[in-house]
Amino acid sequence: MKKAHFNGLKRKTNEKGSYKKMKKNLIEFIDISKSYNGSLVLDEFNLYVRENEFVTLLGPSGCGKTTTLRLLGGFEKPDSGKILFDSKDITNLPANERKLNTVFQKYSLFPHMTIAENIAFGLKISKKSKAYIDDKIKYALKLVNLEGFENRSVDSLSGGQQQRIAIARAIVNEPKVLLLDEPLGALDLKLRQNMQYELMRLKEELGITFVYVTHDQEEALTMSDTIVVMNQGYIQQIGTPEDIYNEPKNAFVADFIGHSNILDGIMIEDRLVEILGVKMPCVDEGFGQNCPVDVVIRPEDVKLVEPGEGQMEGDITSIIFKGVHYEYDVMANGYEWLVHTTKYVPVNTHVGINVTPFNIQIMHKPESSDEEVVEIDE
Amino acid sequence: MNKSKKQLLAGPYLIWIIGFILLPLLMIVYYAFTESDGSFTLENITAITSHANFSALLLSLELGVLCTVICLVLAYPLAMILNGMQIKNQSFVVFIFMLPMWMNFMLRLMAWKQLLAKNGVLNVFLSTLGLPNLSIMNTTMAVVLGMVYDFLPFMILPIYNSMGRIRKDWIEAAKDLGANNITIFIKIILPLTLSGVISGIVMVFVPSLTSFAISQILGGGKVLLIGNVIEQDFIHGSQWHAGSGLSIVLMIFVLISMALTGLFGKDEEGGTALW
Repeated sequence: MKKAHFNGLKRKTNEKGSYKKMKKNLIEFIDISKSYNGSLVLDEFNLYVRENEFVTLLGPSGCGKTTTLRLLGGFEKPDSGKILFDSKDITNLPANERKLNTVFQKYSLFPHMTIAENIAFGLKISKKSKAYIDDKIKYALKLVNLEGFENRSVDSLSGGQQQRIAIARAIVNEPKVLLLDEPLGALDLKLRQNMQYELMRLKEELGITFVYVTHDQEEALTMSDTIVVMNQGYIQQIGTPEDIYNEPKNAFVADFIGHSNILDGIMIEDRLVEILGVKMPCVDEGFGQNCPVDVVIRPEDVKLVEPGEGQMEGDITSIIFKGVHYEYDVMANGYEWLVHTTKYVPVNTHVGINVTPFNIQIMHKPESSDEEVVEIDE
Repeated sequence: MNKSKKQLLAGPYLIWIIGFILLPLLMIVYYAFTESDGSFTLENITAITSHANFSALLLSLELGVLCTVICLVLAYPLAMILNGMQIKNQSFVVFIFMLPMWMNFMLRLMAWKQLLAKNGVLNVFLSTLGLPNLSIMNTTMAVVLGMVYDFLPFMILPIYNSMGRIRKDWIEAAKDLGANNITIFIKIILPLTLSGVISGIVMVFVPSLTSFAISQILGGGKVLLIGNVIEQDFIHGSQWHAGSGLSIVLMIFVLISMALTGLFGKDEEGGTALW
């Protein structure tokens, strides 16, 4: 059952960037299982990462994304399964012998060393010449826009600066893969956005493979070539940001990627679904007749129209100004709809709701309890 | 409360400092540089160059260094093991190690005397096993043993504390950057525990250099340290001027040793402040 489920998660071949020549698989997780104190964190986990790909592991806390990264970094050993790197089995290779570097969530700069000494740490261990090391330090500091910081102490740097030094310290070793564990989690919004652009720029300039862990869906959508959505130790969906956002495979993915209206529906027949007692045309086929399904409708896809002109009617219960758009709660047919629109309508107005067939996403109900939608408090 | 009123709160402590630290210190300085008739002299200071006094000072330094080295060798691995233990109640284990410190110092020394005596517990035990008896009582060995026993917790605690502040992700970051366990120890753990080591050294070396009770009880009068010479001057000979002179010399040695250790790192454990 589970095997079948994973086979269903094989990546599509028409990924973004497929016009480039096919890259080989650099990292492969094969049937990895891992548990802590008796509770299963990863269950027969399978994933591959291609060369020069920016892969993001996305999911709520406890979904197994950090464990996956720590297994790859060599800080944990799997209970079973194999990890291949460049086609070689590295499952039992200690962390210090792996050709990859990690940027930790807490920056983890050595407090008793200057910035230059921190950056030089890995290079000194691999016995590079002093001239080479000095060059590399200069180059790395320039890359992260912190020129002239060589002799500063770690304490004197802000969180954002420390994080950039942590990145510099990792990349001077020219790793084949850079692992990043929620590296921007502690930064404020503006800095986080700047760092996102810097990371993307680094990826282009250095041509290395990124494996990025985050619970921030926006971050994932912005930076990734491929997103792996995880929940409770299982992969929910693998795809490009566009795939994940526009065609979520199940209600969990839909709910986790952005705010959505997720409703119970019944697929009456091909291209017709019943939601909240209303039959609505859609574009999906092949579910059979009277099949219970999850229906996902993005808030920006719900149109507010005059009463009588919509597929259902309701009252606006709240309105929040969000800058680019207004966010409405609309009570209609016993469900509180989330609606994003630039149109202003006062509270308590009676309105109609319309959704075009193309914007109605139909999904199978979760197959097993493992994949049930969990509440995510944000 | 305004500032001047707040400062009043320091009053009792100020009186204490003046009455019990500053005044006695000034008195020692006065006695050190005067003769019994009150005239100025340097003889009390230069008395350290006499053969008996100098060899007592040398022995004190020797045993102090030996005791400090033994404590360091014992305490560092122990602190590492304590810190690395995967148990919930780590502080309780540390508490066990500190427990003897709560017992009276003299009482513990008397216990050691009973253990090490010619017909003491240790030798009775060895006899029943048919092993040769040990006669380390009244030797420098017994004195060093007593010193190490007494001062070991002062070495463990600051090292253990400094080790506890090393974050696990620093170790992981070092490993990630290619460091093996030896490199991690030399480049990360050792430098980050250096302040604890220095505190420990000061907290052990200074009291062992100035101790006199341990050598008196476990040395049986046969091991003469500079502390014993000073004690004899004050208590038995009523030679306050000579005793004060030697005290000043000893104090200078203490200050020199603290300045030397201070060179190697900032003291963050408050060790020097304690003595």
